[in-house]
Amino acid sequence: MSEETILSVDRLTMRFGGIVAVQDLSFAAERKKITALIGPNGAGKTTVFNCITGFYKPTGGAIRLSHDDGRQIALERLNDFRIAKLAKVARTFQNIRLFPGMTALENLMVAQHNALMRASGFTLLGLIGVPTYGEAEKRAIALATDWLRRIKLLDRADDAAGNLAYGDQRRLEIARAMCTEPALLCLDEPAAGLNARESAALSELLLSIRSDGTSILLIEHDMSVVMEISDHIVVMDHGVKIAQGTPQEVRDDAKVIAAYLGTDEEEAAAVMEGGT
Amino acid sequence: MDYFAQQLINGLVLGSIYGLIAIGYTMVYGIVGMINFAHGDIFMIGGFIALITFLILISVGLTAIPVILLVVLLVSMAITALYGWTIERIAYRPLRHSFRLAPMLSAIGMSFVLTNYSQVAQGARVKPIPPFIKGGYTLHESANGFVIQLSNIQIMVVLTTIVLLAIFTWLVSRTRLGRDMRACEQDQTMAALLGVDVDRTISMTFVIGAALAAVAGLMYLLYYGLVDFFMGFVAGIKAFTAAVLGGIGSLPGAMLGGLAIGLIETFWSAYFSVEYKDVAAFSILIVVLIFMPTGLLGRPEVEKV
Amino acid sequence: MTATSHETTKTRRSAGIPFLLKTAFINAVIALVLFSLMIGIRTEAGSDGQLTYWTRFGDLASLVAAVFGGSIVIELLRQWIGATGAEKLVPASVQNGVSFIGRYLAPALLIFTLLVPVIFYNQRYILDLAILVLTYVMLGWGLNVVVGLAGLLDLGYVAFYAVGAYSYGLLATNFGWSFWVCLPLAGILAAFWGVLLGFPVLRLRGDYLAIVTLAFGEIIRLVIINWQDLTGGPNGVSGIPRPSFFGIPIDNSDDGLAAKLGIEYSPTHRIVFLFYLILALALLTNWVTIRLRRLPIGRAWEALREDEVACRALGINTTTTKLTAFATGAMFGGFAGAFFATRQGFISPESFTFQESALVLAIVVLGGMGSQLGVALAALAMIGGFELFRSLETYRMLVFGMAMVLIMIWRPRGLIGHRAPTVYLTKAQAISSDLVKEGHG
Repeated sequence: MSEETILSVDRLTMRFGGIVAVQDLSFAAERKKITALIGPNGAGKTTVFNCITGFYKPTGGAIRLSHDDGRQIALERLNDFRIAKLAKVARTFQNIRLFPGMTALENLMVAQHNALMRASGFTLLGLIGVPTYGEAEKRAIALATDWLRRIKLLDRADDAAGNLAYGDQRRLEIARAMCTEPALLCLDEPAAGLNARESAALSELLLSIRSDGTSILLIEHDMSVVMEISDHIVVMDHGVKIAQGTPQEVRDDAKVIAAYLGTDEEEAAAVMEGGT
Repeated sequence: MDYFAQQLINGLVLGSIYGLIAIGYTMVYGIVGMINFAHGDIFMIGGFIALITFLILISVGLTAIPVILLVVLLVSMAITALYGWTIERIAYRPLRHSFRLAPMLSAIGMSFVLTNYSQVAQGARVKPIPPFIKGGYTLHESANGFVIQLSNIQIMVVLTTIVLLAIFTWLVSRTRLGRDMRACEQDQTMAALLGVDVDRTISMTFVIGAALAAVAGLMYLLYYGLVDFFMGFVAGIKAFTAAVLGGIGSLPGAMLGGLAIGLIETFWSAYFSVEYKDVAAFSILIVVLIFMPTGLLGRPEVEKV
Repeated sequence: MTATSHETTKTRRSAGIPFLLKTAFINAVIALVLFSLMIGIRTEAGSDGQLTYWTRFGDLASLVAAVFGGSIVIELLRQWIGATGAEKLVPASVQNGVSFIGRYLAPALLIFTLLVPVIFYNQRYILDLAILVLTYVMLGWGLNVVVGLAGLLDLGYVAFYAVGAYSYGLLATNFGWSFWVCLPLAGILAAFWGVLLGFPVLRLRGDYLAIVTLAFGEIIRLVIINWQDLTGGPNGVSGIPRPSFFGIPIDNSDDGLAAKLGIEYSPTHRIVFLFYLILALALLTNWVTIRLRRLPIGRAWEALREDEVACRALGINTTTTKLTAFATGAMFGGFAGAFFATRQGFISPESFTFQESALVLAIVVLGGMGSQLGVALAALAMIGGFELFRSLETYRMLVFGMAMVLIMIWRPRGLIGHRAPTVYLTKAQAISSDLVKEGHG
């Protein structure tokens, strides 16, 4: 694994009963870059995500995450919450999974759970009200406020997350993932359901996250977003990798075009033109 | 060995009764996703109605036992089914699209209502009946004088259970109603869009469940020779345990779970201690769920992420 | 659904008297069939064990007539109100008013509660009732941590109440340990049992968890009944010492509290002391819960209730988070149990049945899950209401069950349907309960 690689997936296989969802998939994501995972519906992209973030245990293969300090972590051996906690991999979901009955601010506070737990002496010190916890909480609120400002939701901080507009919820979920201060951010179709203006704002947000030094792995159907911001693209179909390269290389790849055309002509055309 | 065989018979009979009640739990759970806490009391009501019908029939001078049994079976099934229907209308239907805990508490309240209703209406004392179905067969007699008995009532309980299960399986798998029920179980909104009368289907689920519980109540009355207003609670919890053990929502699972609970209880009483038989049944439930979180025959829950 | 029910409303309204009579008639016929055997015939076992029966057709007729009349009244009320559902019975302005009053209600209620022993000093009955209500307030607050905050359905809460009660009862009668030593022990033991049960079963979801906790509650009760050497079985434990004022007995003796203070002894002293003891315990529960909600663990509990998968994606260890909720709730149950034992001086398995669990759960749900004030009000309404119907004797549980059904239909989300945020930037806005999830565990 080279210095520049943050995530390397090696011969990943995932079977559900007799169905092979992902087979012998290998790819790498570079540090401080945006890597996109694309492919027609049912290609196995979300399954790959679930394997990386520990929601599924892969049937075979290895997933390695290497941190800045050279630490290497075998993700396939960790449970879901440990991947987020120890390996610093954060994710969002295809169907938004916020805490709808909690405010936007509270959502971002929950994301800082592990840091705050330590500061509160695993609750006991916090219960008797030690000042160090108060300071830690203030810092947490500051971080949350910062992110609310970045996603332009500062004025909605005290509104229930469930009351926010769809596009706002999408951005809040990304901010929540970022509040865990991850090394790798995995986004599952962040642009789904967004209008053109919101998509553009999303691209901008993701580019700014990248320039802050967080690596991004992205599943996306919205080709305008993918082509605009990705540094590297991996194309999957029927559980296997069919192509990879820069946006330009992928766009011209005959196999990719065939994969999209093979599923549905109109969809393929629309997708390649950059629609949804 | 003989002792074991005798306990096996006793356990299967008890398990059949639990299984009949458990089907009601599992059906309602499958279709509306709620624990119908009042179902044990429905079983108790069924027992009471059977008892009262018996008394009336005998006092009017009827002596032909098969006729009496048939009439009692039909009357208690019909009236108890109406109880099931009414309870669904009053206590559950208004809460159908409400929060998860509301129907559950409504059901607990309904269970209190039924228990105390029958206490008020019929008094708190245990009501015994003389044995109606006498006789039986001696299957085997060992050298030391131990006999394996198979009484007629035991045969009747098992046969009735098998016949009812056959009818019930046919109902669910072959009829229009069964298809509607399965459709509602999968997706109520979609079923409604496709022309299934969801309200009626759910009502029928309660009616069938209550009718089966009434049969169980009658069997209990004949087998143990008594009913009391509090018997619904313990039997209900056991039957629900059986439904969960078998995998809630699964009909064969309910029957299997019922048999399992009946056997565990009987064998524990026979070989260890009578006092701890319920503890054994509940402990085994906990152990099974730890290793098979969706019961014996339940569909494994795939978490959608 | 709404559309169809609205349509039937219209047809109903236009239907008029024939429709009214027809509905009432159908209901009366249904009632006749339902009650025919259960009410019309009364069975009783005679002295010789022979079953006899007699008829009560008069009762049956009046009951059916009552259903007929009742249907007409309900139908008329429904048409008059608009038949859009029972929830609309309370206008929105009143509901908003309730939440507005809520801000001042809690302090007012607390001040009143503090003064109860002063106001009702000579009314032993009211003091006893107040102690009972406060015990349930405490139990409700304890269970609220598990059900209301963490969204875990616990149907066996009474088990921890029993563990607490028996811990104190047995330690005090066998070893002579004082209440103040046993109180924390009772809490710790209950929490220990909570963890012991919780560890294997907390990965179960939804109703599986409910049935396992119910089974656990029954196991504890059955073990208490059957382990006669230790627990005295159905006879219970008697002669449990009364609490002392930190070592000074509250009695008529020369070293009693009254003698030390130089006032004349009255049996009411002990009652008043017990009152303030349970009030202090309940307020401790409340204080701890309110503080925990603002700590990361409390936020994690609520997040767990909202979306468990998202919690895991954020690196929250859901198992330990659930366990802490379970143990915290159990601990408060244990405290309440120890208090129960010292107040009664006698405990037996009869006090720890499933009905108790159901009652406490009803208090939490009626209170509006997660709302501390709501739980207190619900405990007052339930236990107070239950006492009001004491004269009804056997009908009491009947009325209680009906009330539970009606309350759930009226307010499925409980009295206080708002969630207060635990942290805010500019202004704390109450969150409508429609958005708040109930949890799946």
